[in-house]
Amino acid sequence: MPSLSIALVSATALAYEVLLMRLFSIIQWHHFAYMMISLALLGYGVSGAFLMLLQRRLLRHFAASYIINLALFGVCSVGCFLIAQHIPFNAEEVLWDARQTVWLLCTYLLLAVPFFFAANAIGLALIHYRARLSRIYAADLLGAGLGSIGILALLFVVLPLQALTVLGLLGICAALLASWELQQTRTAAWLVPLAAALLLMPASWSTLEMSPYKGLSQILLVKDTHIIAERSSPLGLLSVVESPTIPLRHAPGLSLNASTEPPPQLGVFTDGDGLSVISRYNGDRHTLSHLDQLTSALPYHLRPINRALILGAGGGADVLQALYHRAENIDAVELNPQFARLVTTDYADFAGHLYQTPGVTLHIAEARSFAAGSPGDYDLIQVSLLDSFSASASGQYALSENHLYTTEALAEFLKQLAQHGFLSITRWIKLPPRDTLKLFATSVAALRSSGVNDPGQQLILIRGWQTSTLLVKNGAVNAQDIERVKAFCAARSFDAVWYPGITRDESNRYNRLRDAWFHDAAQALLGEQREGFLDDYKFNLRPSSDNQPYFFHFFKWRTLTEVLQLRERGGAPLTDAGYLVLTATLVQAIVASLLLILLPIWIYQRRGSPAKQGVPRSMVMAYFFILGLAFLFIEIAFIQKFLLFLHHPLYAVAVVLSSFLVFSGLGSAWLGRISPGSRNKLLRKAVTGIVMLGTVYLLSLGTLLDHLAALPDVMRILISASLIAPLAFCMGMPFPLGLARLADYAPTLIPWAWAINGCASVISAVLATLLAIHLGFSTVIAAALVLYVLALWVFPAPRKG
Amino acid sequence: MLHRHPLYWICVTLLLLPVSALRADEYAQARRHLVEVIEQDVRDTSLYLDQKALDPRVMTAIGRVPRHEFMPAAQRQHAYANRPLPIGYGQTISQPYIVALMSDLIKPQAGDRVLEIGTGSGYQAAILAELTGQVYSIEIIEALGKQAAGRLSRLGYDNVTLRIGDGYYGWKEHAPFDAIVVTAAASHVPPPLVAQLKPGGLMVIPVGSRFLTQQLVLIEKGADGQLITRQILPVKFVPLTGEHD
Repeated sequence: MPSLSIALVSATALAYEVLLMRLFSIIQWHHFAYMMISLALLGYGVSGAFLMLLQRRLLRHFAASYIINLALFGVCSVGCFLIAQHIPFNAEEVLWDARQTVWLLCTYLLLAVPFFFAANAIGLALIHYRARLSRIYAADLLGAGLGSIGILALLFVVLPLQALTVLGLLGICAALLASWELQQTRTAAWLVPLAAALLLMPASWSTLEMSPYKGLSQILLVKDTHIIAERSSPLGLLSVVESPTIPLRHAPGLSLNASTEPPPQLGVFTDGDGLSVISRYNGDRHTLSHLDQLTSALPYHLRPINRALILGAGGGADVLQALYHRAENIDAVELNPQFARLVTTDYADFAGHLYQTPGVTLHIAEARSFAAGSPGDYDLIQVSLLDSFSASASGQYALSENHLYTTEALAEFLKQLAQHGFLSITRWIKLPPRDTLKLFATSVAALRSSGVNDPGQQLILIRGWQTSTLLVKNGAVNAQDIERVKAFCAARSFDAVWYPGITRDESNRYNRLRDAWFHDAAQALLGEQREGFLDDYKFNLRPSSDNQPYFFHFFKWRTLTEVLQLRERGGAPLTDAGYLVLTATLVQAIVASLLLILLPIWIYQRRGSPAKQGVPRSMVMAYFFILGLAFLFIEIAFIQKFLLFLHHPLYAVAVVLSSFLVFSGLGSAWLGRISPGSRNKLLRKAVTGIVMLGTVYLLSLGTLLDHLAALPDVMRILISASLIAPLAFCMGMPFPLGLARLADYAPTLIPWAWAINGCASVISAVLATLLAIHLGFSTVIAAALVLYVLALWVFPAPRKG
Repeated sequence: MLHRHPLYWICVTLLLLPVSALRADEYAQARRHLVEVIEQDVRDTSLYLDQKALDPRVMTAIGRVPRHEFMPAAQRQHAYANRPLPIGYGQTISQPYIVALMSDLIKPQAGDRVLEIGTGSGYQAAILAELTGQVYSIEIIEALGKQAAGRLSRLGYDNVTLRIGDGYYGWKEHAPFDAIVVTAAASHVPPPLVAQLKPGGLMVIPVGSRFLTQQLVLIEKGADGQLITRQILPVKFVPLTGEHD
């Protein structure tokens, strides 16, 4: 039995999925990358349909078919991406240009090819070894579990394109391994040259073709500008750019009254976009005077800042701002160690050894976890422009969970402030106003949840034409604060939007909008008309929470018609693309799935195959569809539930995903010891286990994890895996139990079940995000538990007689 | 090379003439239609513009400048669609409606001296050249700048002076300017540009991505040097239900 090659191809296919997301986030944008890869995974569904129709022929030559599919997976995983990246798809033209839809379709059809071959290999093995299919499925899950950790490790070591070659080679290695396992050693002869061809591919074929509209592509067109360093990890590809002839001068939000310009800078692009900079610093504070001309400088003018916490320190602009204003103790927190090393090591001289300056302490940590575990007593906690304007403005982050701007996060930050200290958050101005107002609403909610009766007394909001800064004070804003806010704004031509006692006229003075939108909204959000305002506003401004951490989700369905009508009349930026992309992905996935599930069974019948199988097809369809949905619902929701506990998004993905896959694999493997007669009973036990554990976790996981949050990393990882293990073990059983039932009574339907499960998994991932956006992750888990109970009812029972 | 009788070439030329004439006529007709579309868009957006129509001179310029000449051949079929189009190098030719709005916002006068940062295709410079006395335009991407210079010269826009280089410091030799149009992406308004704007002058900046203009920022420099911005939403959209309906 080819367990090793199954495990290897499964590991490689999962790693390939993660890598594609990485690669397309670099050459395109995250939200369309999400659509392309989600739909490409329908390759699994296509494979099931294909096997359903051709299984007899392929099984006659099982060994050859199996090995060829593995080898084709290896070759196509590299080839299809290299071709796909030349497809001239431009996300921003989708609204106007019908050709873009065709390019998009071509991209995911092409990317589906490698998944099709990988799924063929696994599907063929499941049919061929149907007497021991729980072992094959176990190998598939265990492999995928290892792949989920392996790809993260690999992305720390090599550049994404090199990782692509590695995965291509691993695909061919899986074929070689299969030749050995199936004693087909002669086939190895043609696999070796194939591997050599991948290794010897001309360098010009294997370069990343980034969209010309990404920030990095654009800046490289400027004379003498070039990339001087690249660092890659699963957190992103960092490209350091030097522009000696025409200097970079990045200072978003700079007052129009500013007379000084930024010092020389190195640009750092993350995934080809989201420019941040490392500024030249020679220890002379006066070279940084432009940093006093930003809206984010406001808190330094309200009180002396001795202890400052800078979240998302990156290249150090906010740290320099704190130094300029003579902050004495600065904790700088950066998630990405490679970014920090650029400043501490690679360009330390250029940056004036910023992070080694006395009083400055760099922490490599996730912002929220660091704040929760910090000694607190900060005069200032600052979060400034952590996302790029273009990405934010076009709604690309709508699909991304963000745990920094939730009600719970702001309440946590407030706890870490000294008496009269400030939480300061700077955001891009978007028109019509969206995120500045949502942040304001979230702050109001956070203050109320902290027991503050009159939140308006503790809030200050100012804006320029480009950025806004919200201050939340630990204490009431006083008359002196207000005088200083007025003076600060007047000197820089900024407008105060909110402080206690502000009048409407004051709020629209220097940066004039048609109406005092920001002020009116702030007033409404603080008053009794809050609910009515939130309902009537055309964008979603309801505060985000840890259960629904979609800060950038502004979309409301009722605005869609109006926005689409206006798309050619200046209204295109009103569409929050991320949410629409998600919905479009779901619709396409459902349509394609219906085709992939119904078409093969229709053709099968037309061929004169028996109309009735040993088990009702409707039950087979319902059972495997439900399982596909439920498994991923739980997996995706648990990644979010453990995200804050594990203090790092990568740990969360690696630990949760691999734990689910590995322990499910063990659950499936354990079934090999079970006699066929006890399957019904075992399914009931497994589902009971899932529902009981799921319910307990649903009700108490948050509290439990809060109590354990202070434990060291290793303990938290072990605890996470231990908590997931029993649930995942049970979740590993229903699928192979269903397949085993088919193997006994309707073996020709095994590939159909494989197709149904493949399609349901694609729908599940998208649907889970949509459900979480609207109802929260707890609902996603609850829905999964209900689905598992339903699965019990539709477990395919053999026809009587 | 094939050698053919001169009569052959005369016949071919005669045959093709009506085609090219028809083409030019089609473009002119499309331009007239575009003007109507923009006029309608402006009426729709009058809430934010405080005016029901743009300066007729601006609309005349839009109706006169051959936009199809400012884009690659592959895009010409869409030349008079009211949408931005790619022109290569990751750049776009702006949506005509936005070009018209920006041109109107700076209140162009026949004798004005205007600075443009980011020549791109040269289309905006050509419109400004129709409306003002002298246009100074700076393009940072060498290849684009050369193409635009050739195009503007071929179309007879002699009052456009183009330079390839850094726009951050403006064009000190020709300062001060009555108006400045910044079409290049900038993280902030460069202080030297503010300094080169005449008291009473206007500067306009589109904010958004290459294809999607979110807002137009109009900076007004008062006679006393004080700066006020107007942030204009170029679309008929109010964020609150029931507001101004």
